[in-house]
Amino acid sequence: MSNLLIAALSADAGLPLGITEGGSWLLRNVWLIPLLPALSFVGILTFGKRMPRGGSELGIAAVGIAFVLALLTGVAWMDHRDNSHDQEVHVAVVQFDDHGVGHGDGSEEGHGGGHPSLAVQRTAVWFQAGGMEFTVGTLVDGLAVMMLVVVTLVSLLVHVYSTEYVHGDRRYTHYFAFLSLFSASMLLLVVSENTLQLLCAWELVGVCSFVLIGHWWEEKPNSDAALKAFLTNRVGDMGLLVGVTVLFFAAGSTLPGRFGSFSIAETNALASSGMLSHTALVVASCGLMAAVMSKSGQFFLHTWLPDAMAGPTPVSALIHAATMVVAGVFMIARMYGVFFEGFQIGGSSINLMAFIGGLTTIVGACMAFVQRDIKKVLAYSTISQLGYMVMALGVGAWTAAVFHLFTHAFFKACLFLGAGSVAHAVHSFDMKSDMGGLRKHMPHTYRTFMIGTVALAGLPPLAGFWSKDEILVGTGGWGLLGGTGGNGAYTLMLGMGMLTAALTAAYMTRCVYLTFFGEFRGHGEPHESGPRIIVPLWILAGLAIVVGFLNLPTGFQLAPGSLQERFGHYVEPVAGYFPAITHATPSWSLAIVSTLVVILGIAASGYYYFVKVEAASKAAGTSLTELPDGPTSRYPLAAMGYKLLDNKYYLDHLYSGVIANGTKGPLARLAYRINQQVIDRTVDVVGETAVKAGTVVYDKIDQLVVDGAVNASGRASSGMGEELRRVNSGKVQSYAAILFAAATVLAGLLIVIV
Amino acid sequence: MLLNQFLLLSAVLFSIGVYGVLARRNGVLVLMSIELILNAVNINLVAFAAFTGTIGGEVFALFVIAVAAAEVGVGLAMVLLLYRSSRTIDLTTVDRLRG
Repeated sequence: MSNLLIAALSADAGLPLGITEGGSWLLRNVWLIPLLPALSFVGILTFGKRMPRGGSELGIAAVGIAFVLALLTGVAWMDHRDNSHDQEVHVAVVQFDDHGVGHGDGSEEGHGGGHPSLAVQRTAVWFQAGGMEFTVGTLVDGLAVMMLVVVTLVSLLVHVYSTEYVHGDRRYTHYFAFLSLFSASMLLLVVSENTLQLLCAWELVGVCSFVLIGHWWEEKPNSDAALKAFLTNRVGDMGLLVGVTVLFFAAGSTLPGRFGSFSIAETNALASSGMLSHTALVVASCGLMAAVMSKSGQFFLHTWLPDAMAGPTPVSALIHAATMVVAGVFMIARMYGVFFEGFQIGGSSINLMAFIGGLTTIVGACMAFVQRDIKKVLAYSTISQLGYMVMALGVGAWTAAVFHLFTHAFFKACLFLGAGSVAHAVHSFDMKSDMGGLRKHMPHTYRTFMIGTVALAGLPPLAGFWSKDEILVGTGGWGLLGGTGGNGAYTLMLGMGMLTAALTAAYMTRCVYLTFFGEFRGHGEPHESGPRIIVPLWILAGLAIVVGFLNLPTGFQLAPGSLQERFGHYVEPVAGYFPAITHATPSWSLAIVSTLVVILGIAASGYYYFVKVEAASKAAGTSLTELPDGPTSRYPLAAMGYKLLDNKYYLDHLYSGVIANGTKGPLARLAYRINQQVIDRTVDVVGETAVKAGTVVYDKIDQLVVDGAVNASGRASSGMGEELRRVNSGKVQSYAAILFAAATVLAGLLIVIV
Repeated sequence: MLLNQFLLLSAVLFSIGVYGVLARRNGVLVLMSIELILNAVNINLVAFAAFTGTIGGEVFALFVIAVAAAEVGVGLAMVLLLYRSSRTIDLTTVDRLRG
């Protein structure tokens, strides 16, 4: 292998990065896309209140133009991917004789030929410090372009939806301003060229989520939820900071004449080529994983995400579909070279990422069963689906994970906006007390919600089926009929994925029953929402049906070869900065089994709700939400399980009760001691010294010198006045005598002098 | 010309005037003594004018006479007012401005 590298180095003079500085105008000027919403943020804050629609029109226009630009960029990228022959950028590296692995050769094996897809990079110097240039710029490849389209599309629909949903809100303008900034931050994040820029965008996203979750901060739970989201994210941000720093210096050790590199392409290419120390990669991967766990709501840092439902529903849709929680998944996908080597994803052994993802997906799905709040069902569903994506990345199914991110964005946005539409009608999120039977009242919301549900559950041919199936295939754990291959046999992950598929189908059936079936349990007469809510819902529902066809599996007999694996072809990089992953082959048997599992989940849950609860409701004469003698009342084990889930695995108790209280007591005592013994003592000593010095100054200088001078001058003038008083006798003749005497003296003087 | 005699006369008159101003108690007599001093000065002025053959001294003497007339007018009026207010013109008793 070392021979290969040296050959590659001598031929190309350096390590190929898989990027180019050429490319069409659109690909080189992609910075315009984040700039537009950023400008609209400033514009709305400045002029929004004076505009006829409170600034929302500015936000919609900016995001709309950004969406059009993103689509055009997508077209430009497809052309670039197929026809580009731009010059590839190489970087000079310190040459090792022993452990360098030529990279460019490996990646093409998995894709069966084809020229590499060079990402278009453009950088500008941001600032200089210590002889090092820090750059800011854009790195445009299939992943970035895909994210640009998803973010701008969902953001645009959310903007339109919000004009009706938060109509008449007390901070309408402010809301739209931060919606714009939120989109801008996420767009900046996805086009980031270096990790420093990514970190800044990451934090911006966090701040915007804080502001928007706490949009109605007057109520304590909302501001608490915002704080919780922010603080939980801070925990992971420390990991991100550690990871970025470690990668910076690790890259620096291999680059001659430079002491570090923030460049994503360089870092990934170096990691993939095996030049970075494995220890550094493990540490960096774990740090970055912590960031992913907090941002993307992975178990056990997921606790902020359900509470984040305190924000307005369109914001939840935005957070869950496009702008916030997928940032973590995106970051793994972006830094995949680092993770691939750091966690040895190709090695078939269970790694941290796959395990956390798998655990999260089951944990989240279980939690979704015990929620009364429709948005919280969807929130836990998001946690579960994000776990799916992270798990897929953990087993090396990169394209499957990114494709799931893509499809999930549409059906989850559809579900969230549908939940918002329901809540808009019944003025509550509580499924058990205020919903039920809404399919008659809200036909459009009902239909779109059903489409989203089926897509999420993963029934063919809707979007969720294709992406979920790809992930299951990608685990490589399926052994029947020749298996699927892939990066290793992750049988445990396959089992976790299957279980989650069944659970997802079941809890969504429950959610649909409680919301739309049975009899209406709330007050008043719910009405269907207006067109500005319905139209985005239908657009998203339509996309939830069709986007799955973008990535039909290779070798799928029912579609022509030119339609297979289109998404993977355009989105997955074949370039120096991307590791050489092995692709799994699809399996009909696995697809059929996973569909049967989903149907089983629906059937089990459907039997409970649509048959037994329905019958019990008829018998009782009211609309019930659960059986009066359900399993939790009959089996103590089920009751314990319910209690565990209802208390959210006691994680909140652990965090606030044990960890927070456990640390804040000793911390407070330590702080008190430091306060008493160090700070107070210093203050005391300084104070006493000052008093002594003051006394000396008072006694010696003030009393003796200053006062003495003042008193002496007073006494002198008083004595002189006393003397002169006698001269003033009042007798005219004595004055005259003095006059003559003085004249005589002056005359005498005159004579003497002259 | 006998300048010395005039100067001597002037000096005697001046000395008598000064004595009168310092020693007399009567206000009117003090005023008269001041007139003596002024006239001693006039004699000096006229004497020197005659001695040098110029006219400036005599002109000055005329001015001094005019000022002396005015001074006596004011002075006598003051003495009169003093008498009216305290029934005496003894200057040693008038010391209301004593410090």
